[in-house]
Amino acid sequence: MSDFPILSALIVTPALGALVIAILPNRRPEYVRIVGYLFSIATLALAIWLLCNFETRAGYQFVESESWISNLGVHYKVGVDGISLFVVALNALLFPIALLASASITERTKAFFVWMLALEAALMGVFLSLDLIVFFVFFEFVLVPMYFLILGWGHGRRTYAALKFFIFTMAGSAFLLVGLLTLAFLHSDATGTLTFDLGVLTAWAPNGLDPTVAAVLFFAFFAAFAVKVPLFPLHTWLPDAHTEAPTAGSVILAGVLLKMGIYGFLRFSLPLFPQASVDFAPVLLVLATIGIIYGAIVAAMQPNVKRIVAYSSVAHMGFAVLGVFALTTQGLDGGVFTMISHGLTTGALFLLLGMLYDRRHTYEVSAYRGLWKVMPVLGGLFCVAAFASIGLPGFSGFIGEFLALIGTFITEKPYAVVASIGVVLAAVYLLWVFQRTFMGRPTGDNATMKDINFRELACVVPLLALSLFLGLYPKPVLDRIEPSVQKIICQVEAGSDYKEPEAARTTATFGSHAKLGLTSESCATKAATK
Amino acid sequence: MARDLLDLVWLVPLLPLLGAGVLLLAGKRIGEPKAGWLASGTMALAFVWSLVTFFALHDLPAHERSHVTTIFTWLPSGGLHVDMGFLVDPLSVTFILFVTGVGTLIHVFAVGYMHGDERFSRFFAYMNLFCASMLILVLGSSFLVTFLGWEGVGLCSYLLISFWFERRGAALAGKKAFITTRIGDLGFMIAMFLIFSEVGSLDYSALGAASGLASGTATVIALLLLLGAVGKSAQFPLHFWLPDAMEGPTPVSALIHAATMVTAGVFIIARAHPYFEASPDAMTVVAWVGAGTALLAATVAIVQPDIKRVLAYSTISQIGFMFLALGVGAYSAAIFHVVTHAFFKATLFLGAGSVIHGNGDNQDMRIMGGFRKLLPITALSMVIAWLAIAGVPPFSGFWSKDEILTKAFLVEEYGVWVFGVLAALLTGFYMTRLIFLVFLGNERWKAVPVVSGGADDAEPELEWDPEEPTVAFGEPVRAVKVSEDHPPHEAPPTMAMPVLLLAGLAMVGGFLSIPLKGLEFLVEWLHPVFEDVPEIHTPSFAKGLALAGASVLVALIGIGLAIKLYRRGLDAPDQDPVVARLGPLGRVFGNAYYFDEGVSRLVGGPLKRAATWLSDTFDVRGVDGAVNGVGALVQRGALGLRKVQTGRVRTYALWIVIGMVGLLLFFLLYVGR
Repeated sequence: MSDFPILSALIVTPALGALVIAILPNRRPEYVRIVGYLFSIATLALAIWLLCNFETRAGYQFVESESWISNLGVHYKVGVDGISLFVVALNALLFPIALLASASITERTKAFFVWMLALEAALMGVFLSLDLIVFFVFFEFVLVPMYFLILGWGHGRRTYAALKFFIFTMAGSAFLLVGLLTLAFLHSDATGTLTFDLGVLTAWAPNGLDPTVAAVLFFAFFAAFAVKVPLFPLHTWLPDAHTEAPTAGSVILAGVLLKMGIYGFLRFSLPLFPQASVDFAPVLLVLATIGIIYGAIVAAMQPNVKRIVAYSSVAHMGFAVLGVFALTTQGLDGGVFTMISHGLTTGALFLLLGMLYDRRHTYEVSAYRGLWKVMPVLGGLFCVAAFASIGLPGFSGFIGEFLALIGTFITEKPYAVVASIGVVLAAVYLLWVFQRTFMGRPTGDNATMKDINFRELACVVPLLALSLFLGLYPKPVLDRIEPSVQKIICQVEAGSDYKEPEAARTTATFGSHAKLGLTSESCATKAATK
Repeated sequence: MARDLLDLVWLVPLLPLLGAGVLLLAGKRIGEPKAGWLASGTMALAFVWSLVTFFALHDLPAHERSHVTTIFTWLPSGGLHVDMGFLVDPLSVTFILFVTGVGTLIHVFAVGYMHGDERFSRFFAYMNLFCASMLILVLGSSFLVTFLGWEGVGLCSYLLISFWFERRGAALAGKKAFITTRIGDLGFMIAMFLIFSEVGSLDYSALGAASGLASGTATVIALLLLLGAVGKSAQFPLHFWLPDAMEGPTPVSALIHAATMVTAGVFIIARAHPYFEASPDAMTVVAWVGAGTALLAATVAIVQPDIKRVLAYSTISQIGFMFLALGVGAYSAAIFHVVTHAFFKATLFLGAGSVIHGNGDNQDMRIMGGFRKLLPITALSMVIAWLAIAGVPPFSGFWSKDEILTKAFLVEEYGVWVFGVLAALLTGFYMTRLIFLVFLGNERWKAVPVVSGGADDAEPELEWDPEEPTVAFGEPVRAVKVSEDHPPHEAPPTMAMPVLLLAGLAMVGGFLSIPLKGLEFLVEWLHPVFEDVPEIHTPSFAKGLALAGASVLVALIGIGLAIKLYRRGLDAPDQDPVVARLGPLGRVFGNAYYFDEGVSRLVGGPLKRAATWLSDTFDVRGVDGAVNGVGALVQRGALGLRKVQTGRVRTYALWIVIGMVGLLLFFLLYVGR
């Protein structure tokens, strides 16, 4: 079993699903659905297998490598580590749920399912590939299904939103392509071999690049990832895309697509350009902090529920970026954890909003009132999802935000303090929405709305249950994230003048935990023993 | 043996937590009244187990009475390591005893009070969760576990205050409570960040490190924790959520004010006292926040027409006493007052609940009067609680309040002491006013018009339930549901009995700690927790007696003044003698110094305008406008190249690729060479 190409299977299974659906007859949408569910659930099963067999250590596992375009040095190389593991799992989890939530899609069902499964395959590729060209191909390919999903099954101003989404991310990607080609060619100039292998380039780039060039390349990569995050002030495509996208599109967009940005920072920016990352960290911290506060304030002023949640994503992703560029173990742990948690809670919120939309075809806050009275279960779940998103302790959101903030506080106190205000603001906009839509007396059309049905329950409950579980017992996830996180920090330390503060790395000697052997070696000691 | 039992302390929060879980999932099926009895049962069992824990801890020698039990590792991340663990020591055991004990009685009372509510079982699920959160809060072995309970309490207060969410007032009040306390939580969180970065551990076992910190750092940590405490305990300047919290059902008010939530702030300062001890400046701030709040809230309480509002401001004032005690280093006295306050305030709130329940949901004391004949058990309970809170010996409040004032005097904090004494005087006054307006005097409800039925059906399209129970200062008298044909009635036994029991505790609770050698049980019991605190020497017998005499005298003056004014009730419902005598000052008191209004105006005015500008102007025209502006510019510039503008994405993509290749070439030529 150990030779089984599990990672390729994760990419191929949904792609195969898309192909199979493509050849199914148009007249039988029920077959389309069943096949779609089957393939996405099979992918989920594979992801669960991967979770169970993942070893808690740093470095890539289940690596597969095949030469692809040999004269250009392009390899098909995939691998998984603690950073990508849970994003892959989240991707595998959200797709069956998003498909199940798409019962209201009755037009061109076949095309919808094809695009969705193609999107899943592309996203798997993004998080698994370890070759820059292969990564870029997947990174770009993600745009295509998403574009057509918004355009084909979106609401209102979907043409505008889809095009805006496309142009924004394409503009960022252009820089990325230029950057990665430059990097590879410079490496080839210096060493004589042309390769896009991330491992080889990561080993070479920190010391092999001229600092100015490294800074320029950092910026090229940054441009692509910052748009995806999205980082203030590049965020304006997000509310439009979210608002006009169909529910499944929003769930995937928030749950997985935004993570491509954070993931890119972790996988490429920090290891490849450590000194530039350290130098530019203050800029990112400032933008992230602005994003947290700004996203929350603007969210509070939106008349459209979906826009509120969309802007809240700007704030949440701000916490993730803050954690990552705090460059401490807690910060990076928190950043990675926030990626996962945000996928669960915001995914749940979008699903619930989709249920309201299915019933009433509007996202205007003012259209709803007193829903808790007529929909006690849906109201209760919305309340849970809201508090999970607010970051109430006991839910996963708290773990991510707390770690990101405490990790930031160790190195950059002012940012952490200002960003903490975002925690209060999150309560302001979500409780406002909840009060306006679910409290009061149901009037007019609100009085006859039907409560959640079994299919809808099956969509939302797993996400909220997971959020609760991870909030109370995040250890299994943190244990698997941490070795990879520490490896990144070691890479940054080795390639720059930065040193992680001792407090972040080692457990206080006087706490009761030193004896449990939980203190980790510093990078320096690790290097010395080698 | 004893330690094995202590390891099982997690049963205490788990029992109500399980109750909440079962009721949330299957509450509808369990139904009324079984859901209520189930919730009360889990609380009673938790109380029993708290007693077991108490005896197990008591079996240990005094200096060994601190036991940590770890359930699992919660948050491991680099140098940060937090266990889901519980700390059993005299402080936490004191809290779990009264939280479960008083909590059980409130649950039982609520079975009667919530009778017929359409969300009966949901109510008890929240109540159980509320108590479970509070128990986790006080039992936590680290700041972070306490914070888990701390926020859980916030969540439950939101759910319970907004329980009747059809009412606009309730919906707003819950939100206000959560957000206001969350501002305080911000302080708590940043304090944790600072503690971790300075000390390296959030465990309470590392509290000793506080004395080694620079005094500036200790002060900042202490003040941040104080901000958290001020939010949860409704102290100035974050006090204004508590009076609104009256919108919740009355048992909720009792729970918030007596057993849970507002005592959390006192708890956290007592628990984290090494940080406060390390900073005299922070201690001074705590003492003055307490003294100021105690006095200001008491002045507001003396003119309120709404029975629950009087009690709400009374709580703010009484918690002020506790903060005052903490600030002068009299930690045991503060905890003592927490316990006695739990007894008499629970009695008062549940008693008020019976009164409201029994006279057609009216909360306006101006149209009550003479209820002692109609609600005899409630009247008896309330009278006991009145004497307790007013500080009449030998009722419980006298002992704890006297302890606080004596200690404040002995450490020569005379300014604080004067504030405390004045607040004690006003306490006697406003409580006497309440008792006389409700239970004695003329029966004003007989003269008020009776509500005509069916008003609700006339306007089915109302967006909010019209029923707003709270009576604001200066509001005209409304119609009532009681009349001579349907007079106010006594509560059923399930409601009256818990109140009477609590009144019994309010009567004798003071004997937990009498300031005589050998009788200071509670102080002795808490001593191991506060042994690092410099002892405040007990006064000579004569001095102690003189100070106690002063306390009693002050209380009696307050009571006497009120009796003089309210002996016969009110001449007319809108003629309140104290309001008339205070003149314009009465309006200031009645509107709580216009503080709440000021905050609302600030938030609803300039702040909202700024936020609107940010979202509607800056984001749309500024940030997004720049993007679209670039687009428009390109479009205009490309007018000459119209043929290129096919409007097809494929074409655009082609151009993007061409552009990228151009960029690439540029980079290669420029960077590569």
